[in-house]
Amino acid sequence: MQVAPGPVSAIAMISYLEFEKPVAAIEAKIAELRTAAGEDGDVDISPELARLEKKSAELLASTYASLSPWQKTQVARHGARPHFRDYVQHMFSDFTLLGGDRLYADDEAIMGGLATIDGRKVMLIGHEKGSDTESRMRHNFGMGKPEGYRKAIRLMEMADRFGLPVVTLVDTMGAFPGIEAEERGQAEAIARSTEACLALGVPMVAAIVGEGGSGGAVALASAERVLMFEHAVYSVISPEGCASILWRTAEKAPQAAEAMKMTAQDLMGLGVIDRIVPEPVGGAHRDPPAAAASLAQAIGEELDALAGKDADTLRAMREERFLAIGEGLAR
Amino acid sequence: MSWLSRVRNALPWGDKRETPDNLWVKCPRCQEMLFTREYEANLSVCPRCDHHGRIGADTRLEQLMDPGYILLPDPVVAEDPLKFRDSKRYTDRLKAARASNPHRDAFTAAFGEIEGEKAVVGVQDFTFMGGSMGMAVGNAFVAAAQKALDERCAYIAVTAAGGARMQEGILSLMQMPRATVMTRRLKEAGLPYIVVLADPTTGGVTASYAMLGDVHIAEPGALIGFAGQRVIQETIREQLPEGFQRAEYLHKHGMVDMVVPRKELRETLAKLLDYLSPAQAA
Ligand SMILES: [Zn+2]
Repeated sequence: MQVAPGPVSAIAMISYLEFEKPVAAIEAKIAELRTAAGEDGDVDISPELARLEKKSAELLASTYASLSPWQKTQVARHGARPHFRDYVQHMFSDFTLLGGDRLYADDEAIMGGLATIDGRKVMLIGHEKGSDTESRMRHNFGMGKPEGYRKAIRLMEMADRFGLPVVTLVDTMGAFPGIEAEERGQAEAIARSTEACLALGVPMVAAIVGEGGSGGAVALASAERVLMFEHAVYSVISPEGCASILWRTAEKAPQAAEAMKMTAQDLMGLGVIDRIVPEPVGGAHRDPPAAAASLAQAIGEELDALAGKDADTLRAMREERFLAIGEGLAR
Repeated sequence: MSWLSRVRNALPWGDKRETPDNLWVKCPRCQEMLFTREYEANLSVCPRCDHHGRIGADTRLEQLMDPGYILLPDPVVAEDPLKFRDSKRYTDRLKAARASNPHRDAFTAAFGEIEGEKAVVGVQDFTFMGGSMGMAVGNAFVAAAQKALDERCAYIAVTAAGGARMQEGILSLMQMPRATVMTRRLKEAGLPYIVVLADPTTGGVTASYAMLGDVHIAEPGALIGFAGQRVIQETIREQLPEGFQRAEYLHKHGMVDMVVPRKELRETLAKLLDYLSPAQAA
């Protein structure tokens, strides 16, 4: 079956982040000018419009070229940022949703299915946060439960048997912290999912597309190639969580974000990720189709580079990749 | 030795090694004042309420292994790779932890025997920065697993951790897949991997190597879980059930094979090792 397309985030509905306020002011002026011009067709506004548009584009570009880790965290969490369903719609020519862990339930925080990307057949798995109140509730804000991770394990094992490369899209603030999740073995499910990634005899490419939150992210990101969007974040704990433990107040989250080194640029330097995927100027939420195209190109190239490698080579690549992390750092 | 002579020995004009400060310990559960010696002779378990106290790596190794085991060298890793500083420098926190601990970090492993059965035992020490998992813990875990692979023997990991070593950021998180690479290798080599979950085992440690054993043994009353209780309460805004995330609760929910009192731990491990001898085929 074809999964229903996710709602496309429209630029018209954009909600500005605090640090985007100067851009917002110019864009408001542009909109105002356009409305006025529409009412009074005699006035030639194009020189002024061109000037403002240039100014706004430059300001947006310079703002996004120097985002702080905390600002990137906000971009990565932006309500209009594309999520799993948006990428399915824009990047994959076909997607057949598969559901359930065969043990307890179908967890919609983690989705997966058979997908085709530029003619390549893959198993696609990822977190879906939802994009409005109803869908956020249904997808539990992208916070997976044990049954979600066990579904991922099932799909990875199936992919392995049928020779389908595994592509994961990671976007979660973390695995769900709840009584039932603990009772059903949240920790075990995450551990087994990480193990399932490492056991794959088919290529695996993971992309951190929004938030890579702790163990709930690692469980789907233990791949031989780990990509990360330019403004995505990936960390061991949320900046708020880190701040409330080490600084004893969540208000120090910006400092914690800085200290933890959670941006794509930092992680590239630490050898934790392999490739930074560019986003449209102003972030993926400004132009989801362009973001998806950028991601599709990167994933396609990685899959092509891995194609033809045998199971043992792929597993060895993955194992060595992780064992090497941290080994090259100055002692 | 009588009660009186024990007290006398511990007085300042008696045995110089004993001061009134360490003569008594207070049980954190029942608040009973206990003689340190008696408490330690009872494997740091309260004789009154059976509370299993937290113990350091050396004590644990002594309790579990036959005499003559060899400590594996502490791994050398990049220290403070992120130049992390909150209210204190991470390097100062490390210094302080090392001042009161014989080891350089929170995971110490040894190779030897348990009742004659060859094994590598790795022990995570909660008293060292909450047992938190950073690169040193990860590398010590990896090295211990490698030793078991080299010796073709069982690997026993005794876990205890409040969570991640946040001061190492993402490098702390990366220890989850790194350790899992090694538990997979043990599995493929047909070697037994046994986990002893001590109080507390939480966060990324639970969600990686603590839950991947062939056999999971929990110590009585140990707190074991993925998410912290405060985080769960803040998320769901409900009362947590009685005994939530305790060893017995995990046993009931099928996450551990058995809850074993500390005084039976050694013999239980020996028995398991006897059954789970390294597979010949591999
Ligand atoms: Zn007691």
